[in-house]
Amino acid sequence: MSDVVERTLTALPGLLSLDLQTGAGKLSSTSKLGNLIRSITELTSKHDEEKLIKRELAAIKEQVSSPNTTMRQMKETMVRSIYCEMLGYEADFTYIHAIKLAQQGSVLEKRVGYLAVSLFLNENHELLLLLVNTVLKDLQSTNLIEVCMALTVVSQIFPRDMIPAILPLVEEKLNHPKEIIRRKAVQALHKFYLIAPNQVQHIHSKFRKALCDKDPGVMAASLHIYLQMIKESADSYRDLAGSFVTILKQVVGGKLPVDYNYHSVPAPWVQIQLLRILALLGKDDQSTSELMYDVLDESIRRAEINHNITYAILFECVKTIYTIHPKEELLEKAAKCIGNFVLSPKINLKYLGLKALTYVVQQDANLALQHQMTIIECLDHSDIIIKRETLELLFRITNAQNVTVIVEKMLDFLRLCHEDYAIIDLVAKVAELAEKYAPDNRWFIETMSTIFTVGGELMQPDIPSNFLRLLAEGSDSVEDDRLLRTYAVDSYVSLLQTNPTKLPQRFLQVISWVLGEYSHLVDDLSPCLVIDLLVRLLERPAVASDTRSWVMTAVGKLSTGAGGGTGAGGGTAEGGAGLVQRVSQQHSSSLDTQLRQQALELQLLSQDPELHTRVLPRGAVWGSLEVDSSLSFLDGFVSEALARGAAPYKPPHQRQEELRQEKALSLEPYALSLPISLSSCSIADRQSPTLLSISSGLSGNSTELPHRAGSGSLKLEGVKRVWGKDGYLPQREVPEGPSILQEASAPAPQTFPQQGGALTPPSADPSEEDRDKQQLASSLFVGLSSHNSTCLMGKPEAPVPQRFRRKHKNTDSASASSSSDSSHSPHDAANHFLYSSLLEEGPASPIMLAQNSLAPPKRTEANGTHTRGDTPVLPTANGVAEVGDQEAPPSLTMANEEAPSPGVGRHRDPPLLMGGMKLVQPCPPHPAPRASTQSSAEGADPPQLPELPPEPDHLPPELRNLPHSDMAPLASDQSLSLSCCRVHREDALVLVLQMSNACGAALLDVSVELQCHELKVASLRGNALESLPAQSVRVCWYTLLMEAPHTHVMVTGSVSYREESGPSHALEISSKLSLADFLRPLVLSTEEYGKLWLSLSQDVKQNLTLLDPDGDPLCSSLSVLKDKLQLHVVDIIGSEGIVACKLLQGAPCLLHCRVHAGALAVWLRSPVPGLPDCLLYHLQRALQER
Amino acid sequence: MIKAILIFNNHGKPRLSKFYEHYSEDTEQQIIRETFHLVSKRDENVCNFLEGGILIGGSDNKLIYRHYATLYFVFCVDSSESELGILDLIQVFVETLDKCFENVCELDLIFHVDKVHNILGEMVMGGMVLETNMNEIITQVDSQNKMEKSEAGIAGAPARAVSAVKNMNLPEMPKNINIGDISIKVPNMPSFK
Repeated sequence: MSDVVERTLTALPGLLSLDLQTGAGKLSSTSKLGNLIRSITELTSKHDEEKLIKRELAAIKEQVSSPNTTMRQMKETMVRSIYCEMLGYEADFTYIHAIKLAQQGSVLEKRVGYLAVSLFLNENHELLLLLVNTVLKDLQSTNLIEVCMALTVVSQIFPRDMIPAILPLVEEKLNHPKEIIRRKAVQALHKFYLIAPNQVQHIHSKFRKALCDKDPGVMAASLHIYLQMIKESADSYRDLAGSFVTILKQVVGGKLPVDYNYHSVPAPWVQIQLLRILALLGKDDQSTSELMYDVLDESIRRAEINHNITYAILFECVKTIYTIHPKEELLEKAAKCIGNFVLSPKINLKYLGLKALTYVVQQDANLALQHQMTIIECLDHSDIIIKRETLELLFRITNAQNVTVIVEKMLDFLRLCHEDYAIIDLVAKVAELAEKYAPDNRWFIETMSTIFTVGGELMQPDIPSNFLRLLAEGSDSVEDDRLLRTYAVDSYVSLLQTNPTKLPQRFLQVISWVLGEYSHLVDDLSPCLVIDLLVRLLERPAVASDTRSWVMTAVGKLSTGAGGGTGAGGGTAEGGAGLVQRVSQQHSSSLDTQLRQQALELQLLSQDPELHTRVLPRGAVWGSLEVDSSLSFLDGFVSEALARGAAPYKPPHQRQEELRQEKALSLEPYALSLPISLSSCSIADRQSPTLLSISSGLSGNSTELPHRAGSGSLKLEGVKRVWGKDGYLPQREVPEGPSILQEASAPAPQTFPQQGGALTPPSADPSEEDRDKQQLASSLFVGLSSHNSTCLMGKPEAPVPQRFRRKHKNTDSASASSSSDSSHSPHDAANHFLYSSLLEEGPASPIMLAQNSLAPPKRTEANGTHTRGDTPVLPTANGVAEVGDQEAPPSLTMANEEAPSPGVGRHRDPPLLMGGMKLVQPCPPHPAPRASTQSSAEGADPPQLPELPPEPDHLPPELRNLPHSDMAPLASDQSLSLSCCRVHREDALVLVLQMSNACGAALLDVSVELQCHELKVASLRGNALESLPAQSVRVCWYTLLMEAPHTHVMVTGSVSYREESGPSHALEISSKLSLADFLRPLVLSTEEYGKLWLSLSQDVKQNLTLLDPDGDPLCSSLSVLKDKLQLHVVDIIGSEGIVACKLLQGAPCLLHCRVHAGALAVWLRSPVPGLPDCLLYHLQRALQER
Repeated sequence: MIKAILIFNNHGKPRLSKFYEHYSEDTEQQIIRETFHLVSKRDENVCNFLEGGILIGGSDNKLIYRHYATLYFVFCVDSSESELGILDLIQVFVETLDKCFENVCELDLIFHVDKVHNILGEMVMGGMVLETNMNEIITQVDSQNKMEKSEAGIAGAPARAVSAVKNMNLPEMPKNINIGDISIKVPNMPSFK
């Protein structure tokens, strides 16, 4: 080969000069490129190259700026500058000439011009605007090649703002007779879709046409767009699933021209693309998935030829099969394919096999078990990439039982690894595993130490801070905490004593913090020793200045220990104090201002022990520090500033949003279900600036946990765990799962009786080495089968105590129980109502309670069935009649879920009083101003209370089971009395108006009119009656919807009627409805919440008072809010809770609540401007009333 | 999508670089160096996939490469591309180059950077695989070449030079890229990395 090279090189100059002679002056420019290349090859150093290129660039500059340069010479110059740019030398002066060349040159020169433009410029380059006209002109050209070039450049780079200018022309090209033009047009539109999805929304139908194009190339190009769009919202395109299946069938069946075959596989890339689309469409959708089974089967069957590209298709098939709704046959085939991959001698396939295993292992852990020996072999593979992928797989199957082995393997790898990105990634994973599954303190601290040592400065900064937080916040057991901390101190002291020089800065910071905070926990550790160790750190030149300040702080914390020891300890403590003095003096003149300040502080503190205890209290309870992150102490300042006319503060994203709205041409709002995934928005910033800024804000708060979990995982886009109790897994598991556990030491093949010989690893004669491996296997895969059995039995996770359970987990479970367990939440609601009725009715209530306690069980039973609403035929009428006969109306609201007995009532059990409110919306009865005044006036005398006739429940049966308020009297006269009740239907608020005729004669022509400007009112039935018979009751109902948010709305109306032989009368009614009546819980997952949160623009923040500050403030406050306002508590994560609700048939509103400094910091977001404010008002009310 | 396509020789000299995402000039050069550093130390008998370096996006991105004689062809792709698919796409690309240049060699790439870019442009547009049908690509390139010939020879000259080199006395021409590296004399390699 070197022979060849030499010949080439020696021949080159001669050949070039030969050209020179023949081509005369015209070719002189050619030789310039030749000369350049030749001289570069002759150079001996980087420095020379730099000099040469500089000279060359100068020459180019001169040439391009000369007016005599022809376009042809320009083209040649452009090629040279492309060459220089490729070598990394900037030739920005040629950019403008590249554009000029594209504009003015002949076809050939134009092509070089366009090429140079697409290589030199980026999307945001200002010069790109100059290209727009050229592109426009070329798009209209009759020369196909020019059109092609224009489309190519458009799909490479084009200024986003100028898309509207050329969009019609590009669209037009979709109908061009030439396939190549159509194809490029589709590609250009794809580009537009990526950078400005709004602008191509109107041409979605044309994409469909492209998909059906008779040219396979155009169809293939359109698949890119579809893949993108389906990724964003699969639901909108499910109807196309059939088409994609048909296309794939045709492709697989070889219906495409032979040209598209690659190694006799028909259009493999199109197949891959289609399989991906199908996976997205079939996910979580059984009926769509069913369409695909045949073609998937066919694809697997056809992909038999032993070639790379068929494996690519197979791999894609496997992924699709595991993503869509499962079908057993296909799964078996897919599992076999994975087996073939993993066992393949071809290393590329092995890699893919491991990747596929990683992908499916969470659903089908058995597959990993089957291949455990191969996996073990891969751990020691010579290819580092294979090792990495194996570790990734192991990371997926880690559990409390195999964590030590797996982490050990990972650390082994880390110690030998030199790739930064691999270290960063793996260190984060080990830290996650260690925190999750650590078997004991010692292991945990040692593992973390290794992580800090290996990870060094590379690792994510949140790893050390999480570790410190874990130490600081502690767990539920004080003793455990103490042991953990003591162990940490011990191990760090010995680390510092042996060899601190090699420790990375981050680790030193961790060490100094821990020593400063907790070294006093270790009894036999003298503070002087620790201070001495720390001070020695300060003296090392390699210690960075920010580490120094960590060390200084630690010394500061320890200095009392040293000073305080004077009384007891004697001489040594003196030494400690002296040391502190010395250090502070030494650094009080340091050039580093930070350090100097700390030294001076230290000096002061060490002289004044009292001050010291105040500033740095020992063993201060974590969390007792109050940081007012809402900066409420500035409120006064802010309001003053506002009074002086300052503009109110707007959060950055809101400002940007406004800016964007001002600038943007298109004002159409983003769709509610904005289909951005969190991960994608960080990469592609095409949505809106808001998203980015919010995502950073959010990740700091509520979604931190899901985020972190997501970051460590493969991007599997939420593969659903479709293998349920009676799914596919159990049938395989039953024979295999348990046997692995039992026969862990037995040779592996025996555990897989069903597998063909080809699949089982050959270990017929278990040599020593094999036995080692099998032991490793048994330790690695130990947890897997038990994990499976838990799925199988539907039992909760095996009782492996998670070691470092943070405290807040409790609140989590508490909230879960309060939301799931129905007996809890009504309790709160009942409490609330008890109090509110106490307030309203004053002295009446004790008597009511007394009555309750006397209430016969039978009655409560009747009410109980009523409230539960589980019997279709309700004995309501009877029950109510009885009630009405026997007792006072308050008892109407009584019911008790928990089999009521008089005894319970005697204990004044609130649920007894208010059990009826389980269904009834527990908000204060707004529409009953009169009723409440009445009761307060007359409440002192209960027997007189039923002045109004007892109100039997005349709710229509279809509404009876829905949550509803009590019937509240509205108005009455001698013949007609009106009352109303609010029923919370899923889709609307139903206002039921009950008209009861109290007089002896029938009333005629009763008609009801109801109006409210703020609401959308629809009458359902019964608003006009011909007659209302004597002593009878009729209801009419209205559905109400609130379109724009209001805190309260007044509904007014009138009921007119005519007495049989008398004049007509009219009764005015009015009722006040609150926003809370129009709210419904919005049930979504944390992830959906996160997405939605980012897409909302209107936000409001406020601090609210907390309930129950001693117990569990967040949970109790949230459950109160949940019950009063019908919110849905999405998740509670530590001291933060996320809550969602929506306005009826309308906008969502998301709340992010955080307990902070004794207050509940609420952050509301909604797409509708007024909603957060209105909701906030009700939140405040709800919490105050409590 | 494809983030970048890089071709460099055994010494890390870039022969073609095409980025489908915007990076600054410096970053691009660093990416080329980093990628070369990662790829060049791989043995022959290991897999053709690598995790991308930090600059190109870490473990979210893959480097998929093939090594032909003196040249490395590296595609940096994100997780949405099929690894084996890209691996064969590289093969298609090289075969196409081979057909267009009649036994392609490193010199072809140097002298015809623009042409190589144009061929690539037919295959990959804006980071998306546009065409994988070799005949179709060649038809497109040929139609442009015809136009080129009609405009006569500037660019033809180096082509002639190269083909003259090739036809001089190289009896057995391997199928793909084969002719050696013309920058082989450059010493002080470390300074180039």
